[in-house]
Amino acid sequence: MSEQNTKVAEPRIDAPADHTTKANPLQNFLSGPAGRSLGLVIALALLFVVGAATSGDRFLNLENLLTILRYASIIGVISIGVTFVITAGGIDLSVGSVMGLTTVVATLASVQLAATQSSWILIVLVALAVGVGAGLINGLVIAYGNVVAFIATLAMLVGARGLAELISGRSTQIVSNRDFLRVMRSELLGVPLLIWIFVIVAIAGWFLLNRTTFGRRTIAIGGNLEASRLAGIKVKRHLVSLYVLAGLAAGIAGIMMLGRTTAGTSTHGLLYELDAIAAVVVGGTLLIGGRGTIVGTVLGVLIFSTLTNVFTQNNLDTSVQALAKGLIIVVAVLLQQRFAARGPRKIKS
Amino acid sequence: MFEEDQPRPLLEVRGLTKRFAGVQALKGVDLQVLPGEVHCVMGQNGAGKSTLIKTLSGVHQPDSGEIRWEGKEISLPRPTAALDLGIATMYQELDVVDGLSVAENIFLGHERATGGVLHVKKANAIARTLLKRLGHGSLSPSTEVGTLSAANKQIVSMARALSRDTKLIIMDEPSAILDSGEVSNLFRVVRELTAQGIAVVYISHRLEEIRQIGDRISVIKDGRSTANGLSVTDTPKSELIRLMTGREVANVFPERKPIPADAPVVLDVDNLELFGHFEKVSFTVRAGETLGFAGLVGSKRSEILETIYGARKASSGRVSVNGKVLRPGSVTSAVNAGIGLSPEERKSQGLILDEPVFKNVTLSTFERFARAGHLNEEAERDAAREQIAALELRPSDPDRPARTLSGGNQQKILLARWLVHGTPVLLLDEPTRGVDVGARSEIYALIRRLAAAGTAMIVVSSEIEEVLGLADKVLVIDDGKVLTQTKASDIDEHGVLDLVMKGSAA
Repeated sequence: MSEQNTKVAEPRIDAPADHTTKANPLQNFLSGPAGRSLGLVIALALLFVVGAATSGDRFLNLENLLTILRYASIIGVISIGVTFVITAGGIDLSVGSVMGLTTVVATLASVQLAATQSSWILIVLVALAVGVGAGLINGLVIAYGNVVAFIATLAMLVGARGLAELISGRSTQIVSNRDFLRVMRSELLGVPLLIWIFVIVAIAGWFLLNRTTFGRRTIAIGGNLEASRLAGIKVKRHLVSLYVLAGLAAGIAGIMMLGRTTAGTSTHGLLYELDAIAAVVVGGTLLIGGRGTIVGTVLGVLIFSTLTNVFTQNNLDTSVQALAKGLIIVVAVLLQQRFAARGPRKIKS
Repeated sequence: MFEEDQPRPLLEVRGLTKRFAGVQALKGVDLQVLPGEVHCVMGQNGAGKSTLIKTLSGVHQPDSGEIRWEGKEISLPRPTAALDLGIATMYQELDVVDGLSVAENIFLGHERATGGVLHVKKANAIARTLLKRLGHGSLSPSTEVGTLSAANKQIVSMARALSRDTKLIIMDEPSAILDSGEVSNLFRVVRELTAQGIAVVYISHRLEEIRQIGDRISVIKDGRSTANGLSVTDTPKSELIRLMTGREVANVFPERKPIPADAPVVLDVDNLELFGHFEKVSFTVRAGETLGFAGLVGSKRSEILETIYGARKASSGRVSVNGKVLRPGSVTSAVNAGIGLSPEERKSQGLILDEPVFKNVTLSTFERFARAGHLNEEAERDAAREQIAALELRPSDPDRPARTLSGGNQQKILLARWLVHGTPVLLLDEPTRGVDVGARSEIYALIRRLAAAGTAMIVVSSEIEEVLGLADKVLVIDDGKVLTQTKASDIDEHGVLDLVMKGSAA
């Protein structure tokens, strides 16, 4: 007998005001967006307690907190792009290698095109263009070529990495543009630019997802693609723009990476796609689409970067760290499902 | 309007044809809808109603024929084109997004926004007005739609239609998911809409309903119009059935055969109880006997069925099959003992839609056709073919994906699965939901055949007439309580309703 038949039928069509008959208010709160974020905040606080307990002042000082944020910033920007794609029910595996490609192309462009005169803006524009271009290809192949997103972006993951290796000849290119490095290393109010970029991207992402028609339609497509189409949303076009957005985020992350490492190489961003997906899912965005949270993604990224920091401070093996990451992902998703079961139900198959 | 004998039609469709890969879905459909009328469109499953709706809402493009809107010829290349003209469609599958709020669903695709930035408060305020206009002012615009009942989701769908400047609303079987109280509310809303001059194209299987709400009827059969704009009051039911089926339906329910007196008790349910749902249900079903559950939607009929099947864990009481007591809350135990369930939600709970018919037929028996773990698809196909021929499944190709079959034929696949399995006990939850009149009588005949083969069955249906027509014995249930247990021949529809009304008054 198939497991399908064991599912209990949907609740009958009962009283008209059935939304009021849900469990107690505490459960309602915990299964709501605020409650989910609260859980993440508690997890983050626990990590801080552990960090403070094991490393004391070495952990709890401003410099170290900025280190955690700086570490979080690049993967954070990528994760915000990926949040949109996943909210719409898609997936983008290519963001890490696209970011690598943007660093390679941008450094080469600045080296080859009149190295000394070229403005730092050129590096920025080239990186963004490469990211957007890769995202556009992803989007077109997925939306108009009807290729499953997993496969299309897997192809981009492999292809972009290969292209980056070809262009760079597998060698690391150093950024020679001093203006660029100066801008990227600047600080505002004692906070490095990298962190500011992360903050700005996060706020812009939150606004875009929660306060604009673009975000609303993204959630709708992830929740019910057919209904969105019938409501008059241009679904294909929207899907393309989502992958472009993810590519754009990868381009921004590429610029940040160049600023931090001063070098472009094809190995930048290795496995970043998995870190990003992990942060997004731990944050509470549904992998099947229909619900997305930027706040959750930011918290997810912070949890992972704090975890890394705590482990590094205690000189623990990276393998242990990977194991802990894996556990966090599973536990977070299990907890989410517990609460989600009390939340909205899917009527459709 | 008064200068003419008849008002100018709002929508006029002539000679519409549409062909999908290999199937001629529409072969020439005509339709004339007047402003402010309720125009019913009838037809069996597979007659082409869905294709017609989707053509009128801009989802499909017709191959030929013309569509006129307020006298002008139009084309509808995409859903927004129809919506912009004022044609809104409420689909049967309830096309709402569960994760969004009521207001967000209402304005989906035409959000209240400036430069892409949403006006949440304004949208909520307009949504509240719309819901009030539909008599559902109590529904909060910020509620997540996924938490609403099907009836309220339908209200959201309707509010969405009204949120645009809509002149015509197409409703695809709106009553299929509603109980009688909700249906009367639906009718009230429809009457209010038409009073405001909005035309409604109302698609339904239920003849009685059409008589209550409709002004005129058009009938489609096999992709072709067989009647256009008949008056509801002047057209007898038999005539409509003839137009839909091309034959006269005389006796819908096949005659019962008496159960042999020595037939053994197969299913024994003893004081079964599920707290919060139903209390102390006891009955027995003998081989070849059919037991019916009669009651309204919400009477917990399905819950009892699911508890017997082990999909819900009983609080107390026991179920035994041929004397063997089942483990509570274990579907495996129920299936091993020989209980089969044909679930209410065929599409989500019963069928693997993209798999071919034959694999669906052998889903619970394919191991029998395997040798050392190696599946023998040819043998499966043969077994399925046998059933296809016996059940007159159409189309008869065992390799067709189940999705492409009509509701009635999908139901036959489920029944075929249990016929192949040879299960001694079969639970049928709403076996004819979404199945048209013609295919219904075939399914009735099939149920009788299963009974004649000695299967003990329980039939649950929201149509009391159907329960009484199929069952030998009836349990009348209301709100989780068994009001009475009687021979089906000793009670009629009125009697059941009488009991249920008394029961809920008490």
